[in-house]
Amino acid sequence: MVEQSIKKNLPNFWDASAFILVMGLVALMAWGSRQMAAPYLPGESIPLSLDPIHLPLYALRTVLRMVIALLVSLLFTFTYATLAAKSRRAEGIMVPLLDILQSVPILGFLSITVTGFIALFPGNLLGMEMAAIFAIFTSQAWNMAFSFYQSLKTVPKELQEASALFGLSSWQRFWKLDAPYATPNLIWNTMMSVSGGWFFVVASEAITVGKTTVTLPGIGSYVAQAIQNKDLSAIGFALLTMFIVILLYDQLLFRPLVAWSEKFKVELTESQDLPESWILTLFQRAHLLRSIAQKIVDKWISLKEKLPKIPRRTLTFKDRSPLVVKLQEVSWYGILIGAMAVGGWMLVSFVSSGVHQSEILNVFMLGLITLARVMVLLLLASLIWVPIGVVIGLHPRWATKVQPLAQFLAAFPANLLFPVAVVLMVRYRLSPEIWTAPLMILGTQWYILFNVIAGASAIPNDLREAAQNLGLSGWRLWKHLLIPGIIPSLLTALVTASGGTWNASIVAEVVSWGSTTITATGLGSYIALWTAKGDYPHIVLGIAVMSLYVILFNRLFWRRLYTIAQTRYRLD
Amino acid sequence: METLHTGIDLLTLTNIRKSFKKSGGEEHLVLDGVSLTIKEGEIVALLGRSGSGKSTLLRIISGLAQPGSGTVLYGGKAVTGPVKGLAMVFQTFALFPWFTVLENVELGLDAMGIHHAEQRRRALAAIDLIGLDGFESAYPKELSGGMRQRVGFARALVVEPTLLLMDEAFSALDVLTAETLRTDLIELWLERRIPTKGILLVSHNIEEAVLLADRIVILGTNPGTILAEITIPLAHPRDREAPTFRQLVDKVYELMTKRPRNAAGKSEAVPLSYRLPTAPINQLAGLMEALAGEIYNGRADLPELADQMGFGVEELFPLLEALEILAFARTEGGDVELTPAGQSYVNADILQRKVIFAEHLIRHVALATHIRHVIDERPGNRAKEDRFLRELEDFFSEDEAERVLQVAIEWGRYAEHFAYEEGAGILSLENPGKIDNG
Repeated sequence: MVEQSIKKNLPNFWDASAFILVMGLVALMAWGSRQMAAPYLPGESIPLSLDPIHLPLYALRTVLRMVIALLVSLLFTFTYATLAAKSRRAEGIMVPLLDILQSVPILGFLSITVTGFIALFPGNLLGMEMAAIFAIFTSQAWNMAFSFYQSLKTVPKELQEASALFGLSSWQRFWKLDAPYATPNLIWNTMMSVSGGWFFVVASEAITVGKTTVTLPGIGSYVAQAIQNKDLSAIGFALLTMFIVILLYDQLLFRPLVAWSEKFKVELTESQDLPESWILTLFQRAHLLRSIAQKIVDKWISLKEKLPKIPRRTLTFKDRSPLVVKLQEVSWYGILIGAMAVGGWMLVSFVSSGVHQSEILNVFMLGLITLARVMVLLLLASLIWVPIGVVIGLHPRWATKVQPLAQFLAAFPANLLFPVAVVLMVRYRLSPEIWTAPLMILGTQWYILFNVIAGASAIPNDLREAAQNLGLSGWRLWKHLLIPGIIPSLLTALVTASGGTWNASIVAEVVSWGSTTITATGLGSYIALWTAKGDYPHIVLGIAVMSLYVILFNRLFWRRLYTIAQTRYRLD
Repeated sequence: METLHTGIDLLTLTNIRKSFKKSGGEEHLVLDGVSLTIKEGEIVALLGRSGSGKSTLLRIISGLAQPGSGTVLYGGKAVTGPVKGLAMVFQTFALFPWFTVLENVELGLDAMGIHHAEQRRRALAAIDLIGLDGFESAYPKELSGGMRQRVGFARALVVEPTLLLMDEAFSALDVLTAETLRTDLIELWLERRIPTKGILLVSHNIEEAVLLADRIVILGTNPGTILAEITIPLAHPRDREAPTFRQLVDKVYELMTKRPRNAAGKSEAVPLSYRLPTAPINQLAGLMEALAGEIYNGRADLPELADQMGFGVEELFPLLEALEILAFARTEGGDVELTPAGQSYVNADILQRKVIFAEHLIRHVALATHIRHVIDERPGNRAKEDRFLRELEDFFSEDEAERVLQVAIEWGRYAEHFAYEEGAGILSLENPGKIDNG
């Protein structure tokens, strides 16, 4: 018995690999964070070498930005979403606010905040780093907070009742019930947000707002430099590096976390095929590491025992006098309306200080052009990927191989590929009005592919057999079974892809190669061009109009279609 | 066995009233004037059909919900929130899927601020007691339903509750498992191996109540009031086949089917404000066929029928009620009898059945008649489902209005009184098979 337990605790191969992985990561982080706070004077250009030998370090800087933004997003998620879910009054404004924030173009946040952040830390790179991190944060936080909020609102009633009956304090309840319940969704959303975030981290490393040019050492700025120098081979190296980074992220973080979060799913039957991850298996097999972790947990418990005990919570019904309730209500709405008035006035006066009224209509027209591009692209992408996705989805063996690949491709920052496209456009004299458009959907089309695959593989086998039995084949089979079967997942994909495509328009409608700049007419290029000039009233107008388009389109179009799809075409 | 009774009041409810706000701001009464005392040493069963507010009452007792008016006294003190000494076993187990069996059992102890070592000792003892030895490190999803509910019991018993509440604790289990668990619980109780001083179980299973309880309290529907109380003087272990047991079961059935409303079988229709029971057409037809069959020849004893068809009260009663409204059957004195109309329905073929059903529906259910009239009068013969929902919300809560309308729609569609497009929420006279040439 004793011998066995000693043997069990002896380090094994898995321990060694896990240890090396962890320590390596710690060392890298330490190095990278020291670089972040390097001294810097505005106007000074940060030396950026195109020698590929530096690429690993640049990549690390990029990753570090991502990690910090992720941590901040998590912190935001836990506080904001919890408050919104627990306070009915706060909920009324906090949830719509999230919804609106979700539709503000992410690079818009960057254009607006960069100079502010730099002013915050004079003589130091930290301000610029923070601007970039903030941009990445805005690409993740809203989505994550929304997911967490929705989970908190759907915690099963009987578990809530059990927690209340057994007297869990709010703190205990949060960690024992709310947080675990929300974990699978939160992890899935976080991982999807991080995937989307690579696009923005790359975009935020090299940006010019008026006279301020921000170049942060990283893969994005490396590519920007390569574009300026017309160095195709450097771009090739950058692509390779990014490919490796995403591969590592996918294998070391995304998959293990998703596999691990299965544990928190509230379903009382074990699913057939669980997500797997070799890295999770590795850590689970590392005996020594596990026993050390157990020791730490035990230590923590015994430490906690020494602290004074929180007495059992006594929950009581609150009886507040109707007058107090009324007063609170009135003052709450008073504050809200006041804030709205101030906000509206500021928006109008700020924009009108630098923009002529006649231009506003023009901006709306530009929005229509970009909208048309977005819609046509989504349609084209669907036409291409739906048949392919369905065919793959119907073959389980292909699906398990292609599915992760599509997820991987969705994470790959498509903006790194733009220069390649520009070179082609310049060489063949292609019209930018049409040919810049595909760039917008380069990264988001994968959402369509992997959701369609998932949808097609979820079509019940008995339905397929019934269709076969009835002699449905060819076009009829598609019309009566396959297409209706994937509609809910296709719509989920289109909603996500539409948001991503709008966001990408800001970088995709203006692209350059060396001194050649190709511009397409649209709202995206409008925002990009005024950002380059540093003209804030125009930037704000552009962002406001784009947000408005996104919101209206979500409400009036996507959400309705989505509801219909969920009620009419759900297969369960 | 009677020595367990000491006569001290554990819990006293006085004049409990509870209503829910409806969408229009009006109140919907679910419990009215409920008074009840649970004494030390007794097991009380609260029996009622769905909609009798028994779950709401249990939540008021446990301090999870606040009564609109009336008082709950526990140990002489008013209950104003979840109190120590009350623990509940849930119908759906309510286990935390991310915790092991042991961690689930320790949950309540942890909240009480008990030291870790002591927690472990008590949790292991409870696990041992309830027969879960060897499963300490298992996760709930690895366990069968019966084992899961044992965890539910261990989690409730480990905090040594004075009063144990059970919310349909056995109804999600299969018959054999439920029986074993009941027997085990009664054994623990009789042998005083648990410090629990009283048990209140909410159930819709009449046999279960007669098997376990010392006293049965029957709640009526709409609003929930106490209809009757009967004591079960039988000694444990009880024999389900004993004549005295059967008599008591029959008596409870009779009390539960006695409904104060217009005598069915007459030509008058149930009004719009009537809560139509959820009764799918196929089950109605199946039940009528069973009644007309050789075993019963048109008349059946309710407990026997329920047993034969594998139905609990929750499933059987709505069907009986529907048959009664539609004048296809009559229930009295714990028996149910097919009417001549019911008999001719059974004898008819598929299309004739629809005709008979349609006729009875229009004659006996005001809501169906009303829907048909509105559609008839509308230009284009179409009406939005929402308008009927709003009318029903004058009588019911939002969910209940939705449910009642769905019942009427299902019946009306079967009777071919009207057609329904679910996505659009439109009721019409259109024949869905019609091909549009325009």
